[in-house]
Amino acid sequence: MKKRKRITVRDMQLYSLCIIPMILVFIFNYMPMVGLIIAFKNYKFNLGMFRSQWVGFSNFEFFIKSDVFFQLVRNTLLNNFAFIVFGVMSSVIVAVLLFELTNRNATKIFQTILITPHFLSWVVVAYIVNAILNVNYGYLNQLLGLFGVDAVDWYAKPNAWPPILTLTFIWKNVGMDSVVYYAALMGIDTALFEAAEVDGANKLKRTLHIVIPSLVPLITILTILKIGNIFRADFGLFYTVTQDGASGNLYSTTNVIDTYIFRSFKENASGNSYGLTAAVGLLQSVVGMILVIATNAASKKVDKELGLF
Amino acid sequence: MKKQKLINQIILCTFFSIFCGLIIFPFWLLVSASLSDSASLLETGYRIIPKPLDLSAYGYIMRNPQQILNAYGITFTFSVTSMVFGVLLMAMIAYPLSRSGLKGRNAINFYLYFTMLFSGGLVPTYIIISSVLHLNNTLWVYILPGLISPWYVFMMRTFFAGIPDAIMESARIDGASEYKILFGIVIPLSKPVLATVALFVFLAKWNDWNTALIYITDSKLYSLQYLLQKMVEDINILKENATVSAINDLSKLPTETVRMAMAVVAAGPALIVFPFFQKYFVKGLTVGSVKG
Repeated sequence: MKKRKRITVRDMQLYSLCIIPMILVFIFNYMPMVGLIIAFKNYKFNLGMFRSQWVGFSNFEFFIKSDVFFQLVRNTLLNNFAFIVFGVMSSVIVAVLLFELTNRNATKIFQTILITPHFLSWVVVAYIVNAILNVNYGYLNQLLGLFGVDAVDWYAKPNAWPPILTLTFIWKNVGMDSVVYYAALMGIDTALFEAAEVDGANKLKRTLHIVIPSLVPLITILTILKIGNIFRADFGLFYTVTQDGASGNLYSTTNVIDTYIFRSFKENASGNSYGLTAAVGLLQSVVGMILVIATNAASKKVDKELGLF
Repeated sequence: MKKQKLINQIILCTFFSIFCGLIIFPFWLLVSASLSDSASLLETGYRIIPKPLDLSAYGYIMRNPQQILNAYGITFTFSVTSMVFGVLLMAMIAYPLSRSGLKGRNAINFYLYFTMLFSGGLVPTYIIISSVLHLNNTLWVYILPGLISPWYVFMMRTFFAGIPDAIMESARIDGASEYKILFGIVIPLSKPVLATVALFVFLAKWNDWNTALIYITDSKLYSLQYLLQKMVEDINILKENATVSAINDLSKLPTETVRMAMAVVAAGPALIVFPFFQKYFVKGLTVGSVKG
């Protein structure tokens, strides 16, 4: 009896630690969810959130029937798909090769350099991309000039941008993403390698039959989780690196859901399109949530199945 | 066999040296441009080696420091404040969540986890922050939203759960309160994960440009990265309306080299800080990411 009472006091102490963080989450995460009701309203700035008129699903209808809908979904999905495929491939390759390096100091230096771009802001990255692609002074056009190719205005060539964005994405993230894979490789039981050596397996065989298979569960889970977020685009990458879609020239390949939401929000400071913009955000959030839950369930299945071996 | 191994290592090292060179190269291009003089930059374009070497861009920043110094001060203030309070508050909620016996633990977990799944989105968040809380055009808007990141809370929770219970149990027998256990035992033992989270929060805030894009119109409150972004936007707008008077205005704007120098100055601290944390964060990341 005494013991139980003492636990309650401790529990109260533990709960009290949670209060301030939970209030902050309530204000900044849950209160905006209430604000989502404007997705079903014809929002008028002077009437406010609660007194604006209900319009049912007409905001959603308007968006889905508009020309831009297909473009946004396609661009968001295809660009993110390229990021996932090439991003995972490159970070796995980097991790495996880093693991093959026996000199730990060299590994550390290389790893530090590879991670560095991750800590640059998208604005600085946009400056860097401009230094390479600028039509007049850019480094790429200088290189092309050496081969007699005329200067290309990359900021007016929409088809060039999916590869450019993918490269930029990989450049910024490959080091950081490979850390997780590298750590998993460090956890492999060295007895496996010794056994392989005794059996006369060479380096390549070792990599193919021990190193890569040991990464498969992790690759599967991380990829599945990324697919869960495929409807969420990296706003910084698609907005600043493209220089706001170079003011419209690049929208056909770089306009994604997140940039669309931001632009329609910014262009209508009077607030008359807030209902529509909120509807787009709600749609993205709901589809995203369903995908994340579904892929999460899938990853749990994969994990358990592979865990049997 | 030995020889073959050595050759393999040399090939790998060469590969990584070239690869790292390619990774650094774009950033170096920026640094090099900031060290050029603007006339030759306009004439020959970006170069790997600035020729002639010219420090006038940095000189210009040093002579006209108000704007950038102000943005530095603002950014430093909200980055450090967010880091300190973020880590403290997240540790405070992560510790109860790491205690397996606590009633209601799953509910609190879900309360946090749900915000990772679903969010109000840009417009409703904007309405709450600006019309209800009136935080736009204040420093608070940089600090408070997103201060509690569920992802980092779960990282800490997993790390805390890995601390041997015997240590805490003995403190409990000595009559220490839970507050004392958290601040006296758990936090000092969790340096890797706390340092990792502190670094990530600091760098995310240091590199924050879109908060100002949405909530700040007062130029005195611009964050460093937004200042850079704003310069590009202003120049693009002038270029689009390139009348004679606009071209005159263009000459008043910072030159290409000055902007590059500002980008280097803005990126610098982040790049200098992170290698010092690296020994912690590879450990903190990998321990924290193993699911608990």
